[in-house]
Amino acid sequence: MTGQPATLPLVAITHEPIDVAALIAAVSHARVGAISTFLGTVREVNDHRPVTGIDYEGYEPMAVREMQGIADELVEEWPGLRIAMIHRLGTLQVGDVSVAIACAHARRAPSADAMRRAIESLKARVPIWKREHYVDGEWTWVDPTNSAAPMASQS
Amino acid sequence: MTLPVLLFASYADAFGARTVAVPVTMPCTVADVVLAMRSIPGGEKLPARPLVAVNHAYAKPDARVSAGDEVALIPPVAGG
Repeated sequence: MTGQPATLPLVAITHEPIDVAALIAAVSHARVGAISTFLGTVREVNDHRPVTGIDYEGYEPMAVREMQGIADELVEEWPGLRIAMIHRLGTLQVGDVSVAIACAHARRAPSADAMRRAIESLKARVPIWKREHYVDGEWTWVDPTNSAAPMASQS
Repeated sequence: MTLPVLLFASYADAFGARTVAVPVTMPCTVADVVLAMRSIPGGEKLPARPLVAVNHAYAKPDARVSAGDEVALIPPVAGG
């Protein structure tokens, strides 16, 4: 992602901290007039429980394929869109960036709309899971389909 | 024969494994694989209609599964 021109759309899974500047640089271009970015970060409280960290797990080849599919759909809807999205896996602490998306377009509306669609689609389709750790030592696999009562919990 | 099925996150915890060998008769469907998994210890924890991927793509219950396919059960996703 650094030191050479990026092939777009750029989609990736990483186990290292995300280089947001490099992601933005990848979509930058003289024809671009707007770059919308989204950063997902680890929040200190979820469902009223204090969180100490999150383990992210992914089915990596399928995750990359789904992210590529999302990017291709967005470029088809907004021709000229330059998109990069990267998701981090592993153990993250509060405040760490777990996902970063950059959408560049000649105009701001497609740039912003594509960015919003990208993160919503990623959360709905890409096979990545997170296990939240709480201050009391318990942990839970987060299940967005049942957020009031997580499906698996163990102390 | 037995078909290796990949497991992740809460499903891996339910079966106590990252891969389970599922007894099936080939050729079969995604629904046949899920049904066979319900009789394996841990299978009782699966939801009514778990998501399944075949060769890195979501597959419907009536999709065909062949020997050599990479089959995975996909728990509710929670990326972002």
